[in-house]
Amino acid sequence: MKMSGAQMVCEALIAEGVKTVFGYPGGAIMNVYDEIYKQKSFEHILTRHEQAAVHAADGYARATGEVGVAMVTSGPGFTNAVTGLATAYMDSIPLIVISGQVPLSLIGTDAFQEIDAVGISRPCTKHNYLVDDIANLPRILKEAFFIAKSGRPGPVLIDIPKDITAEIGDFVYPKEVNIPTYKPSYKGNDRQIKKAAEAIIAAKKPLLYLGGGVVLSNAGDEIRKLAQLTQIPAVETLMARGVMGDTNPLFIGMLGMHGSYASNMAMSETDLIISLGARFDDRVTGKLSEFARYADIIHVDIDPANIGKLVDVDYPIVGDINKVVAKLINFLQGEVKPDRYQAWREMLARYNELHPLSYQDSDDILKPQWVIERIGKLVGEDAIITSDVGQHQMWAAQFYPFDRPRQWINSGGLGTMGFGFPAALGAKRGCPDKVVINITGDGSILMNIQELVTASEYKIPVINVILNNHYLGMVRQWQTFFYDKRYSETDLSHQPDFVALAKACGGIGYNVTTKAEFDEALKDAMEKNQVCLMNVAVSRLENVLPMVPSGGALYNMLLEYKD
Amino acid sequence: MQEVRRVISVIVMNESSVLAWVSGLFAGRGYNIESLTVAPIPRGNLSRITIVTKGSNRVIEQITKQLNKLVSTLKVIEHEEMVEKEMVLIKFSNQENISDIQALSSAYNGGIVNVGEGVIIVMAADESKRIENFIAATHRYNPIEVVRGGIVAIER
Ligand SMILES: Cc1ncc(C[n+]2csc(CCOP(=O)(O)OP(=O)(O)O)c2C)c(N)n1
Repeated sequence: MKMSGAQMVCEALIAEGVKTVFGYPGGAIMNVYDEIYKQKSFEHILTRHEQAAVHAADGYARATGEVGVAMVTSGPGFTNAVTGLATAYMDSIPLIVISGQVPLSLIGTDAFQEIDAVGISRPCTKHNYLVDDIANLPRILKEAFFIAKSGRPGPVLIDIPKDITAEIGDFVYPKEVNIPTYKPSYKGNDRQIKKAAEAIIAAKKPLLYLGGGVVLSNAGDEIRKLAQLTQIPAVETLMARGVMGDTNPLFIGMLGMHGSYASNMAMSETDLIISLGARFDDRVTGKLSEFARYADIIHVDIDPANIGKLVDVDYPIVGDINKVVAKLINFLQGEVKPDRYQAWREMLARYNELHPLSYQDSDDILKPQWVIERIGKLVGEDAIITSDVGQHQMWAAQFYPFDRPRQWINSGGLGTMGFGFPAALGAKRGCPDKVVINITGDGSILMNIQELVTASEYKIPVINVILNNHYLGMVRQWQTFFYDKRYSETDLSHQPDFVALAKACGGIGYNVTTKAEFDEALKDAMEKNQVCLMNVAVSRLENVLPMVPSGGALYNMLLEYKD
Repeated sequence: MQEVRRVISVIVMNESSVLAWVSGLFAGRGYNIESLTVAPIPRGNLSRITIVTKGSNRVIEQITKQLNKLVSTLKVIEHEEMVEKEMVLIKFSNQENISDIQALSSAYNGGIVNVGEGVIIVMAADESKRIENFIAATHRYNPIEVVRGGIVAIER
């Protein structure tokens, strides 16, 4: 069929089953927006900043498991989107970002709003395209979706010059993709998997080390089956929170810089790490030379480059977690007695009793950890929790009672402040039946606060709980611990009136200072079903503990801080 | 960790952006490039990029894996049994001892390739180490300009 490039873009989105596009128009992408106006198959949500559009598409993808789509114009529209691309890239989130570009004939001339989008985005996309011929557009659109969601997922940018969106060409949307240079392998080598199974049977203190890849490959059920069958205890990274379900007796805790004592000790004492979709990030391992010194390592990952990157691996397995774990289960069926690792499990349970995650509650001032636990009690499994970056993020990961994958959405790899609120918008759009709560800080929330307007326009009732410590708390904590309390540029005493701000943008605001007020505000927010800011005054100088000081050994945790 | 020298051939789709992906990977991840050459492979739409790099074994392994991961990469060959050649062009004043220079260059698979007004141009094609020796040996004939070509390699 003959149609314009702009129509092709819309037809491809429809063919891919896209329901929601987040974006922001401008000169170079106007042809596409004109076609969006004419169609009824998908909705477009106009965020108030391109960064937020990409984060929203990202939140949508993380909550639903589908590919998120964002659309921006050339030049500043694109550069505003870069943080969103980088955030998605670091966490391997499947996204398509479509950007307008100046007409082909003007490329390279420093034309108005021209910027080298493929050049800038190369280090933070899985792949990108500058469309230079309309004949290639249908294929590129098809390939982009395929690349974004296959193998190790990631964001793909399609940069389309304005004359190409206007040009008329033949459109047949390809049914299949054939990229001779791109063939991700999913199956996992059977011999290696068998060897890994034998290592598991021989181990005395095996440990499941679960990462974000488990969530991406929707392997939660298989992982729980594997754990159940073998009774091997599990630790989760920040990105895997929810995979085991926190009430599962085999769940030990989150590990890493702010991981629990038991989890970090488990990692330090295990004799066999079964790493599934995790990548031995520095925030997880601490000092590498001291990391898991007694352990052999099974490393299962879809990305061969993750294997052996930081630690030497004894059983490398390249494949999809879901498929590999299913095979592992086959090999292990009937081979492991349920009491095989009992002594090990009991030891970890004792560690958890010895140093549980804890905080000192107070009657005078709200504690941030209490607020998070309280949300867990009141909303629990009905909620999807997004977060920003800082102390509140770590407390949310530590204290929220997660019970399923995709319930916890945060920027773990890039650590992008300003991610939480737009991601929550996307998550809510993707999962309208869930309560979506963004647990944020008084610093982070301001980084995409303009999205209050989007949320009120489109009636997306996201609840923002600001754990307001009047500090850039996480940075303040480092200054307390490591910089002799020189609080350089972290005091946020000068604050907006959050209640008025919410109101001014069409939402609801709450000031909360007591437990009773918090309960009331949360109840009211859930009933009113409108976007809101809950400004919760919490104790200013609370610290996230335990803490493995940057570069220290994982087993050397600060368990308490005394002034 | 001990650094090793490696010659790596990367077979890629012949697309305008592919060299940027490859060189960007080296720059962004802090890998070392000693030399890099690119040319299309006859018939078809593939190109060969030949890279000489240095690094610990872990780094070399990461380099090959990261190169493989690029969507436009068909194949990465980490050469072990290879024939490796590099070319050099050197310009001298024709006041120098031309017959000596000619004899020297022919010892390195080369010879005089151009005689112009006042200058002669000599080429040599050999293994990199020997090319370095050749350049060193020509010093006393006061070379005006030296242009090295980067390495190409082929499996034996
Ligand atoms: C965009 C961005 N800029 C800077 C940082 C560095 N940073 C990490 S945590 C943090 C403080 C966050 O403060 P707030 O949102 O109030 O959360 P809190 O730590 O107080 O809970 C900062 C500035 C970052 N992660 N992202």
